[in-house]
Amino acid sequence: AGKKRTTSGEGRERQRLPARRFRTTSPAALRADSVDGGSLLAPLLGLTDRAFSDCPDLADGAMEKMSRVTTALGGSVLTGRTMHCHLDAPANAISVCRDAAQVVVAGRSIFKIYAIEEEQFVEKLNLRVGRKPSLNLSCADVVWHQMDENLLATAATNGVVVTWNLGRPSRNKQDQLFTEHKRTVNKVCFHPTEAHVLLSGSQDGFMKCFDLRRKDSVSTFSGEATEAGPWEWAMAGWVPVLPVISCCILRLYHSFAHGPMQDAESRANDARESWGCLLYPLGLCSGPQAGQSESVRDVQFSIRDYFTFASTFENGNVQLWDIRRPDRCERMFTAHNGPVFCCDWHPEDRGWLATGGRDKMVKVWDMTTHRAKEMHCVQTIASVARVKWRPECRHHLATCSMMVDHNIYVWDVRRPFVPAAMFEEHRDVTTGIAWRHPHDPSFLLSGSKDSSLCQHLFRDASQPVERANPEGLCYGLFGDLAFAAKESLVAAESGRKPYTGDRRHPIFFKRKLDPAEPFAGLASSALSVFETEPGGGGMRWFVDTAERYALAGRPLAELCDHNAKVARELGRNQVAQTWTMLRIIYCSPGLVPTANLNHSVGKGGSCGLPLMNSFNLKDMAPGLGSETRLDRSKGDARSDTVLLDSSATLITNEDNEETEGSDVPADYLLGDVEGEEDELYLLDPEHAHPEDPECVLPQEAFPLRHEIVDTPPGPEHLQDKADSPHVSGSEADVASLAPVDSSFSLLSVSHALYDSRLPPDFFGVLVRDMLHFYAEQGDVQMAVSVLIVLGERVRKDIDEQTQEHWYTSYIDLLQRFRLWNVSNEVVKLSTSRAVSCLNQASTTLHVNCSHCKRPMSSRGWVCDRCHRCASMCAVCHHVVKGLFVWCQGCSHGGHLQHIMKWLEGSSHCPAGCGHLCEYS
Amino acid sequence: MRLAAAANEAYTAPLAVSGLLGCKQCGGGRDQDEELGIRIPRPLGQGPSRFIPEKEILQVGSEDAQMHALFADSFAALGRLDNITLVMVFHPQYLESFLKTQHYLLQMDGPLPLHYRHYIGIMAAARHQCSYLVNLHVNDFLHVGGDPKWLNGLENAPQKLQNLGELNKVLAHRPWLITKEHIEGLLKAEEHSWSLAELVHAVVLLTHYHSLASFTFGCGISPEIHCDGGHTFRPPSVSNYCICDITNGNHSVDEMPVNSAENVSVSDSFFEVEALMEKMRQLQECRDEEEASQEEMASRFEIEKRESMFVFSSDDEEVTPARDVSRHFEDTSYGYKDFSRHGMHVPTFRVQDYCWEDHGYSLVNRLYPDVGQLIDEKFHIAYNLTYNTMAMHKDVDTSMLRRAIWNYIHCMFGIRYDDYDYGEINQLLDRSFKVYIKTVVCTPEKVTKRMYDSFWRQFKHSEKVHVNLLLIEARMQAELLYALRAITRYMT
Repeated sequence: AGKKRTTSGEGRERQRLPARRFRTTSPAALRADSVDGGSLLAPLLGLTDRAFSDCPDLADGAMEKMSRVTTALGGSVLTGRTMHCHLDAPANAISVCRDAAQVVVAGRSIFKIYAIEEEQFVEKLNLRVGRKPSLNLSCADVVWHQMDENLLATAATNGVVVTWNLGRPSRNKQDQLFTEHKRTVNKVCFHPTEAHVLLSGSQDGFMKCFDLRRKDSVSTFSGEATEAGPWEWAMAGWVPVLPVISCCILRLYHSFAHGPMQDAESRANDARESWGCLLYPLGLCSGPQAGQSESVRDVQFSIRDYFTFASTFENGNVQLWDIRRPDRCERMFTAHNGPVFCCDWHPEDRGWLATGGRDKMVKVWDMTTHRAKEMHCVQTIASVARVKWRPECRHHLATCSMMVDHNIYVWDVRRPFVPAAMFEEHRDVTTGIAWRHPHDPSFLLSGSKDSSLCQHLFRDASQPVERANPEGLCYGLFGDLAFAAKESLVAAESGRKPYTGDRRHPIFFKRKLDPAEPFAGLASSALSVFETEPGGGGMRWFVDTAERYALAGRPLAELCDHNAKVARELGRNQVAQTWTMLRIIYCSPGLVPTANLNHSVGKGGSCGLPLMNSFNLKDMAPGLGSETRLDRSKGDARSDTVLLDSSATLITNEDNEETEGSDVPADYLLGDVEGEEDELYLLDPEHAHPEDPECVLPQEAFPLRHEIVDTPPGPEHLQDKADSPHVSGSEADVASLAPVDSSFSLLSVSHALYDSRLPPDFFGVLVRDMLHFYAEQGDVQMAVSVLIVLGERVRKDIDEQTQEHWYTSYIDLLQRFRLWNVSNEVVKLSTSRAVSCLNQASTTLHVNCSHCKRPMSSRGWVCDRCHRCASMCAVCHHVVKGLFVWCQGCSHGGHLQHIMKWLEGSSHCPAGCGHLCEYS
Repeated sequence: MRLAAAANEAYTAPLAVSGLLGCKQCGGGRDQDEELGIRIPRPLGQGPSRFIPEKEILQVGSEDAQMHALFADSFAALGRLDNITLVMVFHPQYLESFLKTQHYLLQMDGPLPLHYRHYIGIMAAARHQCSYLVNLHVNDFLHVGGDPKWLNGLENAPQKLQNLGELNKVLAHRPWLITKEHIEGLLKAEEHSWSLAELVHAVVLLTHYHSLASFTFGCGISPEIHCDGGHTFRPPSVSNYCICDITNGNHSVDEMPVNSAENVSVSDSFFEVEALMEKMRQLQECRDEEEASQEEMASRFEIEKRESMFVFSSDDEEVTPARDVSRHFEDTSYGYKDFSRHGMHVPTFRVQDYCWEDHGYSLVNRLYPDVGQLIDEKFHIAYNLTYNTMAMHKDVDTSMLRRAIWNYIHCMFGIRYDDYDYGEINQLLDRSFKVYIKTVVCTPEKVTKRMYDSFWRQFKHSEKVHVNLLLIEARMQAELLYALRAITRYMT
């Protein structure tokens, strides 16, 4: 059991840029962690073994050339570079001319046309003329007609829709003024193929369709209109009309077949005829309805469907309209929570609509089905102000935000967490984005509140994906560990040994390339699976230790003794020793006569002054540090070693230590080799050696001391062996005990020195190093327990953040093992503010009503259902909010004080039930 | 404060509870109390509001299920059923949102500790010398473990809160002067600095209490019975007086004698309503026809702005703030100054460039999650609340009137809507109404019953409360917009 190789590609993208948050979403990971140890590593990084590509659809898109009447890249390829120019004022919107060589920028106090040249933007025309700035020129939106290079429309903040004819000879190019909207117009939109049709959406909740050859709107759409069912559509007498319409459509298309070559006059006639027969004879030009309706934030004509347009609303709705039917929308659905700021039809896929809202989401809807279906959802980090599909890339879209975030992102909608590209040029929010040419995916233009206009080149974009190292780690149910990483990363790492076939070594394998996979381009992740040997990775000791340790409430000496005992019983000798030493360091009553001490110190060869001794000891502290460092370097000298106090992290990792290289935590193993001992004994001659343990022993005044010293390494070793059957090679065990032994002798020196009035503070550095050592080994339990037990004595030596980190790790571990009580105790005992407030946040107590037995959801003491107050005081008849005492005989009760007082004077129940209550 | 501090829970809660539940054994209880020599406080005021006759206000016990649930919620959240709630219950839909928001701000998860929140509430209310709110929150402040020393004045509070004083002052009286330097000063004050999230929380609290102070004065909310000035220990003159009635506020005081002036002006004010409706109709109809020129529109805003500063009550009664309230704020001389009067030129704030829906909401929700949503909902309800009635008329579209009120308030704060014709304000809001609005919003402590009575004489009290809701929400939004814009500018 438990020998399972998980090779499925279930890895999920969990890394989200740019928020740089890592989520562990896989339930398997969470569950497995509680079963197996090593969960310290689990939350480190999300797993993805999915590879990605920059733009897989270039080829596809190019194949699917459009047959629509638009400008194509007629042989000449767009050129340019990333550049920006300063505007005089913040921009609110931009729009590109169909020749892809000019861009119009509009804002509250700017309205200019710039020519996009090879190296720079050149101001071509200032449309803001006139002496006095009029509010009509304060633009909220601007759009350039995609058929007619001379035609522009702006939406003014005062509710006016203005059209501009660049062909006018005079300086003032203003053409027409529509003042029908009562509130700010948020959006204007030209029909993609029809020359004279303009649509506007306003804050007043109405959308208006203008025919530019007429003085006023031809139809008005109200946002509050109800949805028309498909049957109504048929019932409304449309069937007989349809031939007429289709005939018109034919004619319209016919008129455009001639293209721009045809002279304007005849086109106008043609169009008038067609629109005329579409709209007026049918009598559908209804007036606005009175009443409050939701503000329109965006309107967009469908590119594929001639009559369809979409509108988005402040209340989160999206409506689909038929331009011929102003009385009711064809379809309505709620797309977002909060205002929908923008929408964009997919240029290729019929019926794909992208919407962006204040709820920070971009959603892609498929409108071709019966119900609008959400196909993709991209979560951004700020409200989405604009969204634009990227030309020629089926799944790419660009977004910019309305607040806080100034960057422009290009997303692959299938990869909703990491943007495909990111443009970071702007210093304030980006207000307008536009792709320079409808068939060129590499040029993006943007205007911003920081008063600049930018051209971004896709190849200059920063690609967060490139910087992300997709790696993943996951525990299986039975303690298997799977690790996946991009193959290039794995290969780049030196020291890895190839797969040898031993089942305990990682299995590298290459994923098969799946062409259907969205990010198939780089599908070369390596997956390694490590297995645990049965029984090896038990975390029993952790649970036992957590439950049995005493952390507070007794004198320090007792706590240390108790914990040492617990550790020893669990076969964790080094930990036990540590506790004992801590006791020695901090609780020595100083009973030893000074003279005696001097004697023992004098034996060390140095003069008898304590000062001198302290000097020596300082040398020793780094010595201890180097000892562990030495261990590290010796990591792969031996493969099957056992660490007495190690966490399961290490045990599970030890299998792969040969392949993992020498710098993984698995190699922080104590007691590897005999050489180790040599290192320690190298230290010994200086400090420990002259101080014979036997010499110190008689001075010892503690009962426990005796026990420790008397415990020979042998029995401990045996006991340990019995506990952990996976131990292989008794040599290793002896070796692992050796350093414990020798460090003990080291510490006994310290003890002696302490007795010569060395303050416990003096050992602060040592203890700190010790705690760090344990924490680094993965035994954060030890670190935190010591921290709590010693309290003020060591706290100052360790910086706040480290402490907090330890606490949170330990609490996390405890909670995964469902040791709620212990974790609560730890939280309570912690002195770190961030940790202790864990207990204060979101603590919920669920109470049931005593009358109807239902949970009281909103308040603890008023029941919503039976409208009664639970737990009334029988004496004062008011609600008891704090301590409630009740008689177990008659179940009446009340405020503690009231009941006490009552029962002093009477023995009967205050409620009058006749029961003889007793208060004890 | 002395008394408020003394008023413990056992004292306030029972009164309210019996109010909620209806009391059955009051008679006996009262006798007993008297025998025990306990002094029983009696309310001084008549009902929750000094302006609104008590009989107009919903009686506790006669509420419908929805209101009952609201009362229960309010009581559960605050431990009392305060007079504000009793007055606001004219508009249960709004009240629900209001209570939810207030509860979230004061009691739910948030970056500031509980006693800070109440202290900020005290600071904000004290700016307007609103002893009612100050008293309430002094109680709450002590209840959540606040240090009583702080109540001796702002200088006894931590430096961090003292730093907030300046923002409080500017925000309350001249929000248009808030700059990103104010924000920077708070965020970069060494060890006393605020975090952005804390600051947003504080700003929301400040604006909430500034506007709530406006409501308190605007509706003439009477002091709570357990607070200073809310009760007396003098024995009741009426013999058949029941403690039960006190708690309900149901004591049978004779109706207020009908104001003789009111009688005279009934017919007069009848025409007032008619005229107003006529004007609305006219505006509705002719709006499309005559279109004012751009210059005209621009100047109308300026005119309205300028006029708003002359709109001031002639009867400036000297209100001396109670001692204990004034010590919560410094610089008593700093008051509302008209937006356009003082020399320096402050650029007009354009809603189209920075509005609550798009920008403010996003910022608040980012830094103090969920609150943006709650406030947004509250604004929405307040702005859109209508029963389609006007005085005695039914089925009236009042959106135009409500928008005029809303925009007029923003206009006083220098906030301009590009798409609004400020000429409408002049047509729809008459002088006495403007006086009332201006006083409530800018110097609420000067509101008098006369002002309250003299505008919209024919309208119902519930409608006047409705107006007050509009006023306080518009004011809150205006202050928030200025503060949030400054924060945004600081962040970019």
